[in-house]
Amino acid sequence: MSSQPIVPAVPAQPAAAEDVIHDIGFRHYDGVRFGRGWIVRSLLVDTLRGIFGLGRPARAKVMPWILVGILLAPPLVVALVAVLTGATSLPITYTEYLSRLWLPIALFVAGSAPYAVSRDLRYGVLPLYMSRPMVRTDYVWARYGGLAIAMFLITAGPQTLLLIGALLAKMPVGDQLTGWLGGLLASAVLAVLLSAIGLVIAAFTPRRGLGVAAIITTLLVVQGISEALSRVARLQGATTWAVLAGAIDPSRLVDGLAAKILDVTPASQFAPTTGGEVAVFVLVYVVLVAGAGALLLRRYRKAGRL
Amino acid sequence: MNPVVMQLTVRGLLGRRRSLLLVILPALLLGLAGLTRWGSHADVGASAGLVGNFALGTLLPLMCLLIGTGVIGPEIDDGSIVYLLNKPVPRRTILLSKLAVALATTLVFAVLPIAASAAVAGDDHFKLTGAYGLAALLAGIAYTTIFVALSVLTRNAVIIGLLYALLWEGVLGGYVPGVKDVSVRQWALAPAEHLLDAADAAGWGVTSAVSVTVGVTMLAVVVLGAGWIAIGKLKTLRLAAAE
Repeated sequence: MSSQPIVPAVPAQPAAAEDVIHDIGFRHYDGVRFGRGWIVRSLLVDTLRGIFGLGRPARAKVMPWILVGILLAPPLVVALVAVLTGATSLPITYTEYLSRLWLPIALFVAGSAPYAVSRDLRYGVLPLYMSRPMVRTDYVWARYGGLAIAMFLITAGPQTLLLIGALLAKMPVGDQLTGWLGGLLASAVLAVLLSAIGLVIAAFTPRRGLGVAAIITTLLVVQGISEALSRVARLQGATTWAVLAGAIDPSRLVDGLAAKILDVTPASQFAPTTGGEVAVFVLVYVVLVAGAGALLLRRYRKAGRL
Repeated sequence: MNPVVMQLTVRGLLGRRRSLLLVILPALLLGLAGLTRWGSHADVGASAGLVGNFALGTLLPLMCLLIGTGVIGPEIDDGSIVYLLNKPVPRRTILLSKLAVALATTLVFAVLPIAASAAVAGDDHFKLTGAYGLAALLAGIAYTTIFVALSVLTRNAVIIGLLYALLWEGVLGGYVPGVKDVSVRQWALAPAEHLLDAADAAGWGVTSAVSVTVGVTMLAVVVLGAGWIAIGKLKTLRLAAAE
């Protein structure tokens, strides 16, 4: 205790730090504070861990890991078959993987994005975050970063498994490494886009269950619409429009971009070929990510309930 | 059936953001149907492709999921179901009232638009409309009942429902033949196939992996079974603490 003979009910030195709201006389923490950057880092790590159910009850671990299992199963089979039969090339390319397994990838973002943002909004606890030395953009960036890293991991992992299978089957190392790096790039591009879309929808649908359904509905319906539009355009002979209709579907958007930039075979039959089409794809991508980011930041200007 | 419970359910289901999706999705489908008619000059094959793949395969399960998990799931999640359960109303009545609302909503917002989209996109004397209308009705009833039951049984109802409707029926059904026999979509398509002439059904791709008897029986078993399980679960419902 202090050397003062009498301990007053109210602290004798009211010149306390400015961030104190009520000082009821408890002992103060005078150590080093890590500050804003550390809070963002902690929130990001917590988001990433929570998405995979780490540090949460067992029933929260079930869904993410089932989906990870579904995502890992095809590459495992492909790798085993390649090793056992001594195939000379993989039956599926690294970027094609993202399109073929679009459904579990979309389900994963639909399951994770509401976890990342909806609960804080539903229980109205955002003011507690904001009462720390952290501003609202930090919160959005930390949540977004955590989700994007998780999305990257769940697609990069299976792609790496494919690479291991290919290398064990003694396929040309240089080609496989190039393909794998291209696949990782496509994964990162997809993760950035999907996380942004997922978070925006989740931030506007804080009720449990609805966010999941809204995200997956949006992604799948957009895909269905873009395919139907492409079919109609092809029937009408408008090839360019058939290609451009693919830009509204995140899966075909990233597939088309990856195919053109990395010079690999696209999974979709309507991949962009001309410079103009690629420019539109790039533009749509940038607009989608930037628009989703702007909407998210706007959503958090009033950090209360709904 | 209890009119008050039904009224509350309707308000909960249609008074929120969920209702926005319930209106937008059928509108999008009808818009696409119009575009398909324009693009294919009212070709019945193109119409069957759009309705059979997109409407029945993707849209109907998603709509039923939105509706089925919207009638009782949110109340269980936020715990306000206890205020309903401790009223002197049998739990069977509560569940059946909510189920009735869900089924009616499915009929209005999913089944009728899907049948209409077949007529809009191109049809031969409303044969395709009738066939797909019947399939959508049967599948809609089954999906909605299953998803209502799932949302009473588990908090992960939405994701489990999606895994079943999309991964099991949509993706696995294409690779593993046996999976097709355990599919609401195939069961519902069986009577629809029966409704059409054999030549039309084959030409438009309205085909089912199971026979009519099997399809209808399985649908009845699934609907009654799901309803029974849901009532049983609601009778012994334990509210878990919020996560």
